[in-house]
Amino acid sequence: MNKPLRRVGLAMMAMMVLLLANATYVQVIKSDDYRTNPLNRRVVLDQFSRERGQIIAAGGETIATVEKTTDRLRYLRKYAGPAYAPVTGYFSTVFGASGLERAEDDLLSGSDDRLFSRRVSDLIKGRDPKGGSLQLTVDYALQQAAYDSLQGVTGSVVALRPQTGEILAMASTPSYDPNVLASHDVDEQREAWKGLIAEDANLPMLNRSVAGLYAPGSTFKLVVAAAALAEGKTKESEVDGRPVITLPGTQTTLPNFNDTNCGNGVTATLQEALAKSCNTAFAVLADQLGKDKLNRQAAKFGFDDADLEIPLGVETSTLGPMPDRPAIFQTGIGQRDALVTPLENAVVAATIANDGVRMRPHLVQKVLAPDLQVISEDKGDDVAEAMQPEHARALRDMMVESEKNTFQGGRLSGVSIASKTGTAERGEDVKSTKPNAWYVAFAPAEKPEIAIAVIVENGGDAGLAATGGKVAAPIGRAVIGAYLGSR
Amino acid sequence: MGSPVTGAEGAPLAAASSTSPGLKPPTRRSTELVLLAFAAGLVTIALILVDANQEKELTIQILWLGLSFLGVLTVAHLAVRRWAPYADPVILPCVALLNGLGLVMIHRIDLAMADVALPGGQPWSDAAPKQVLWTAIALVLFCASLKVLSDHRTLAKYGYTFGFLGLVALVLPGVLPSFIAPEINGAKIWLAFGAFSIQPGEFAKILLMVFFAAFLVSKRDLFTTAGRRVLGLDLPRARDLGPLVAAWAVGVSIMVLQKDLGSSLLFFGIVLVLLYVATERAAWVVLGVVMFSIGAVVAWQLFGHVKIRVQNWLDPFEDARDAGYQILQSLFGLGTGGLFGAGLGGGRPDQIPEANTDFITAVIGEELGFVGLSAVLLIYTVLAMRGLRAALSVRDTFGKLLGGGLAFAVAFQIFIIVGGVTKLIPMTGITAPFLSKGGSSLLANYILVALLLRISDAARGPKSTPKPRPQQPAIADQFTVMVERPK
Repeated sequence: MNKPLRRVGLAMMAMMVLLLANATYVQVIKSDDYRTNPLNRRVVLDQFSRERGQIIAAGGETIATVEKTTDRLRYLRKYAGPAYAPVTGYFSTVFGASGLERAEDDLLSGSDDRLFSRRVSDLIKGRDPKGGSLQLTVDYALQQAAYDSLQGVTGSVVALRPQTGEILAMASTPSYDPNVLASHDVDEQREAWKGLIAEDANLPMLNRSVAGLYAPGSTFKLVVAAAALAEGKTKESEVDGRPVITLPGTQTTLPNFNDTNCGNGVTATLQEALAKSCNTAFAVLADQLGKDKLNRQAAKFGFDDADLEIPLGVETSTLGPMPDRPAIFQTGIGQRDALVTPLENAVVAATIANDGVRMRPHLVQKVLAPDLQVISEDKGDDVAEAMQPEHARALRDMMVESEKNTFQGGRLSGVSIASKTGTAERGEDVKSTKPNAWYVAFAPAEKPEIAIAVIVENGGDAGLAATGGKVAAPIGRAVIGAYLGSR
Repeated sequence: MGSPVTGAEGAPLAAASSTSPGLKPPTRRSTELVLLAFAAGLVTIALILVDANQEKELTIQILWLGLSFLGVLTVAHLAVRRWAPYADPVILPCVALLNGLGLVMIHRIDLAMADVALPGGQPWSDAAPKQVLWTAIALVLFCASLKVLSDHRTLAKYGYTFGFLGLVALVLPGVLPSFIAPEINGAKIWLAFGAFSIQPGEFAKILLMVFFAAFLVSKRDLFTTAGRRVLGLDLPRARDLGPLVAAWAVGVSIMVLQKDLGSSLLFFGIVLVLLYVATERAAWVVLGVVMFSIGAVVAWQLFGHVKIRVQNWLDPFEDARDAGYQILQSLFGLGTGGLFGAGLGGGRPDQIPEANTDFITAVIGEELGFVGLSAVLLIYTVLAMRGLRAALSVRDTFGKLLGGGLAFAVAFQIFIIVGGVTKLIPMTGITAPFLSKGGSSLLANYILVALLLRISDAARGPKSTPKPRPQQPAIADQFTVMVERPK
């Protein structure tokens, strides 16, 4: 009887081998498929049943927190509202996360290595594990003011502290309410999401401050001027003053705004050319400097930095390939293939304000443990000397002149602002496509406390007649006023 | 093979396993005690890990629980030392480890379910304390079985009685009215007495195995008599098909009356193996498999509950939110666990319906990973193989047949349930021996182990002197048949 018994033993082994082989298939080969299957709620439940850390503004105001619930997700995420959505992003059970919720997810959820010792002590002391918190550089009131000043238009405002790179405000319109996406009611989330991605919603979840790329237009003349100053030019140097030039080797003309003369119509000083935003002067200057010097100067201001994280990822600002001389002429006035983010344009202004030293822009001031003890603090670091201090001061003087030449809507009394406007043409048919309006500035000019960049898409309410001065400058001044007035 | 009367094959084996009658073979009881302590240590560590991950608080109480587990095991060990001193030293530690791990997992699932149920105001009562009580009762029964049954051959005397009791127990819930035999989760296999319910089928499994072993030993030669030879197989005579047909009828009736596919498969598989071992004829297996397949196909055609199981096995995603939900959650859990698992207490067993009974191995796979699930499967393999070893070396044919059947029952049951949980075969509701919640299963399986230990005690013990066996009327019956055989 032992022979059949041994065969039964073999059959038993075969069954076990089958089970092990199948378990290998399920748990090793198909593991990722099953883990990431949308019907598998394990990963989501795990993240949501922990007490997520808070996001607080520079002054201690809460902009994202949690509320205890009785359902199985245990905590409901609460946000301060649409004004702060570009900063916080959303944290959804269905649609994942964006903004800081995504960039700092490890810390907020409590799985970051920086919280390791804390987790061990939680285990011993019997506390529920909690996420760490973030204290931001964002000024609570200024962020709201920036958002309010953009009401009715599509655009963005970025405000920086020039000496540190702290992001004081980062507003983007239209915006959205992240609270509905954090709802524990899946249907409510889906409904809200459908509305947000609708075609006529105008991309409310796009954080235009860091993810919007726009032609810089005349604001780019600051970079060209900086390169020219570095090459030995002064604000009194004579530059081209013709109303119209023809691009080399083509029939294409490049006119000043309304075909006006610059200076005497033949030459103008660099200061006057910047103040009046003469296209011909800067197109010719760009050509004289050449592609390499333009690129080098732009990189010193933070262009072409693909790795920049604030810690949100930032789209890379660039001058484009500039394949021939006409392209260089056009790039010199911020057109052709040049593209910047509002954040990058604010960095340009902040760098000039900070005597030519570029500071790394950042959103997170302090990383806090769940008990709000400071784990780390970002004091800001200088990443490049973009300009000589005396060149930066010369450029500042030129920007003060430019501000005087700008439409004075919303002017602040008693504050001297250094600024540059831009009216960036878009599309093939520039005469019938509404331009984007720019305003970059810092104030007070002699002792800067805030640097800003404002973009208003499609000319805002002024439409085809829009210029940076008419549409974007009043918004910028309102934001500067809100900041300086509050101090 | 050899004659059961002369013990022709038993003699050399006896000589191999025990030396001269005067010298006692080693009992290996100390090995068992060390292994039991090791098992208790592992179980304690598992409990600590669960509580560390779940309650985030560690109390000294855990050590007391671990020590009392070891204490209970020591009592079982002393019973073995007293009443079955030569029993296999590995079987009991394997059982202890599985039982302990089962208790820890049931406790762990309690925590998860309480987390889900209590905040929503639903009632929830822990299953683990009840299972601990059942374990205590099962161990008492285990000790009692060892004491009462000093020789497994005694069982053969009562073969028909056991057979009758087993049949009654098996069929009873199916035919009784539903106030005493309620249909739970689609299966009608329980007898309910107030708050307390038992599954007579678990005990019927053992009773019928004893019957079949005794019956086959006494009527062995009837089945070895060849009928026609077809395609290289010696088919039995039609009139000898009686027992097989009876078993088939019982199996199919379980499937139909009680809607318990797992037990039906298990029961039929065991009968086939007993037949095969007794007769050494593959023809029986082939015939049985064909008959079962026909029965299964017909049942699949006729009965909705069979069809659904097969459908869920072929494509669980087809009805992912309803019929396929359970098996999908099991697969998701296994996949999320991956190679090393989410850690004890780190998984989401509340996602899987029936996590603490049929799907407990899925929870083990999720939290301990492929590695942990494989380890559990290997413990079962060791247990079954040790049982088979006892069957191989025991000297009487009844012991061989019963031991082989019991060992195979363990392996086949784990194949059916783990195969179902990992979607190797269609899911059929059946418990994982020693792991799953459920008193009947635990009691029955502890009796099964007591029988295996009794057989292995006989196999390894110094009772090698071939004694006349007056108390074996069944074998005595055969004597006349044997005389005619060598024609």
